[in-house]
Amino acid sequence: MTDQLWQRVFSDYSTSSFVELLLRQAPHMLPRLGSGVEAGVPQGTTVLALRYRDGVVMAGDRQATAGLQIASRRIDKIFKCDDLSGIGIAGAAGPAMEMAKLFQTELEHYEKVEGDNLSLEGKANKLGQMIRMNLPAALQGLAVIPIFAGFDEKAGVGRLFKYDITGGRYEETNYDAQGSGAKDARDSLKKLWRRDMGREEALRVALEALFDAADEDVGTGGPDLVRGIFPSVRTITRSGFTEVPEDEVRRVCEQVLADRRKAEGGA
Amino acid sequence: MPLPYYVSPEQMMKDKAEYARKGIARGRSIVALEYREGILLVAENPSTLLHKISEIYDRIAFAGVGKYNEFENLRIAGIRHADIKGYSYSRGDVTAKALANAYSQALGNIFTQDIKPFEVEVLVAEVGDDNGARNEIYHILYDGTIEDERNYAAMGGQAEEIRRFLRDHYREGLSLEEALQLGVRALNVTQNKTLSERDLEVAVLDRTKARRKFRRIPPEVIGQLLGTTR
Repeated sequence: MTDQLWQRVFSDYSTSSFVELLLRQAPHMLPRLGSGVEAGVPQGTTVLALRYRDGVVMAGDRQATAGLQIASRRIDKIFKCDDLSGIGIAGAAGPAMEMAKLFQTELEHYEKVEGDNLSLEGKANKLGQMIRMNLPAALQGLAVIPIFAGFDEKAGVGRLFKYDITGGRYEETNYDAQGSGAKDARDSLKKLWRRDMGREEALRVALEALFDAADEDVGTGGPDLVRGIFPSVRTITRSGFTEVPEDEVRRVCEQVLADRRKAEGGA
Repeated sequence: MPLPYYVSPEQMMKDKAEYARKGIARGRSIVALEYREGILLVAENPSTLLHKISEIYDRIAFAGVGKYNEFENLRIAGIRHADIKGYSYSRGDVTAKALANAYSQALGNIFTQDIKPFEVEVLVAEVGDDNGARNEIYHILYDGTIEDERNYAAMGGQAEEIRRFLRDHYREGLSLEEALQLGVRALNVTQNKTLSERDLEVAVLDRTKARRKFRRIPPEVIGQLLGTTR
């Protein structure tokens, strides 16, 4: 196994990966948690992604919960990875945000070194490997379970992926939700999602699902009308990753609330 | 053991410097110009796939002349330096000055310790922000010599002539269009043909862009800016 110097260039396939670079040069900087960490750390609660005509909508509530306490009311759980993809984080908030930051650097690093973007498939696989690296911490209660979504330039469609704690990667064709309120959000999406929805309708469906999650799950935060805190919503389309303006989110939220008030029995 | 030949250190450095300079002089040139909204980099480079100019970090760009494999190695080392620093501190803590110093150290060490010096010169440019921070342009030579340049910089084959031309013709507050035209005229000085958009690689650090300021300018747009097409 004594490679010639010139052969090393070929066998070192990881030259454009930032994670591999950290493993080699600064392993102490990789997010790794020691044993004995109790699950009293803030948990991100509900995030979801759904496909619509132009791509994907990602949305998340704004609450982080530690045990029975609210840890944060304004946390943002949807992050931009690059121009054409985003990640929604559920699970232990600290490690999840660190992973999102590392993943974002990974994609940018690859793009700069290679002069080209990773394919959406490549990005999804890389994220799976990073979740697998977190497995020891996940087994101690610090699981990070993101949703990854993006616009696939080659196929010309939006795609979304969900993961398990071992890094297993599953592509969803229509919608998915993760976090403590995920089941309720998924139930809601199951009834409301339709193929080829327009943007308006897709936003409404996403917010309805978050309302239902907040309604049934103690960890998930609803819209906070007193403080003016509304869910974070992003769209990913051919033209990029865009934040849906807060005014628009507020308008749709108020519409949903008004409709629910009218409905018999409320909610 | 055979007795090694004695060569005086002075002679050795002279030989190495001459060797590196010859290598660089064979290559094509690059100019950098400050314009109203940022920094423009123009390289004579007929290849559309092998770049001489590239992005390092949010506000920082890299340009190299000389031997491709050598400056490519330096470029990747620069991206690694920047990404690790930005990841461990914050994005705002990545500076061109630290990067230029690293390049200077690396090239200086290679020049004195290795048998063969790198036949390259590199440019590290950082665009200032709207809060009054100035643009920075660092020019690092094959032996680790580092200079900070104002307004414009040139390196490569006939850099001296290009620099002379720019000294006479550069003025502050150029628009992108004017800066590009000036840059191309400067590169033309050393040519016996006129460079078209097909022979050029152009990129800018554009202050008006969000976060990542680096932007490549495609050949069609170069043609439009130069007024040669349409």
